[in-house]
Amino acid sequence: MSKSTIAAFAIGLLFGLGLCISGMILPSKVKGFLDVAGPWDPSLGLVMGGAVGVGLIAFRVARGRSRALLGDEMRLPTNQRIDAPLVIGATIFGIGWGLGGVCPGPAIVDLAFLDPQMIVFVLAMSAGMALEKGARKLIGGAR
Amino acid sequence: MQIDWTNFTPWSAAAGGVAIGLAAGLMILLLGRIAGVSGIVAGLLPPARGDVSWRVAFVLGLFASAALLRLAGAARTPVLDIGYGATILAGLLVGYGARLGGGCTSGHGVCGLSRLSPRALVATAAFMASGVLTVFVLRHMLG
Repeated sequence: MSKSTIAAFAIGLLFGLGLCISGMILPSKVKGFLDVAGPWDPSLGLVMGGAVGVGLIAFRVARGRSRALLGDEMRLPTNQRIDAPLVIGATIFGIGWGLGGVCPGPAIVDLAFLDPQMIVFVLAMSAGMALEKGARKLIGGAR
Repeated sequence: MQIDWTNFTPWSAAAGGVAIGLAAGLMILLLGRIAGVSGIVAGLLPPARGDVSWRVAFVLGLFASAALLRLAGAARTPVLDIGYGATILAGLLVGYGARLGGGCTSGHGVCGLSRLSPRALVATAAFMASGVLTVFVLRHMLG
């Protein structure tokens, strides 16, 4: 097993622990944050703040490098377009996020609780991803 | 606006956020990859030769985090407070929207904002707005 694979596992573990500790894995907590008209729980704002605070430093360091520390190519996103798919996709994503209180990271972490309903959510989420890929192929990769 | 002081957990939220930011930072610095969960998962649907192990390892790490906390008896169980039909709809919207928009809460919300990407800022604003609106409609208009 390569160093990159082991590192990816450890990073996933740390990421998941962060999601657990922060409360992001609880749909009730997510909805409490999104419900600005009810009694509002600002916790998730602090999750974002903490994550971006650390991330700002890391990405600043990463920006000047062409290779990552384990030797792989540095793959920073190059797409800067602010277009319809971006806004429509994010809006659709947000509707699903508000409806269930679950986004992709927490959904995977929540699988560990072996709740049948969460398994259904992850299957539907994977189907949604596959559908999008299929739809993109259908329009001939116009984007 | 009324703050939900009983559920507000600033310390654990910020600490969890820092862990998430550290994980995202390690991912870009060590592997040269963006720790965007929807992108990492979608890259496995279907898997592409030579681009599988780090994705699987990361996803297993996410899963292992909650499994470990469960073994330690330190995790609150996440509960979806919607029916199965709504669960499937939410999953489809989250998966489809995240791919169409090129990212989710982790890719745009954490990594993108950490890179100071205007594209990620627009996406984050869009899914926050539609998430807030969805919860508002569900809880205060239909609920």
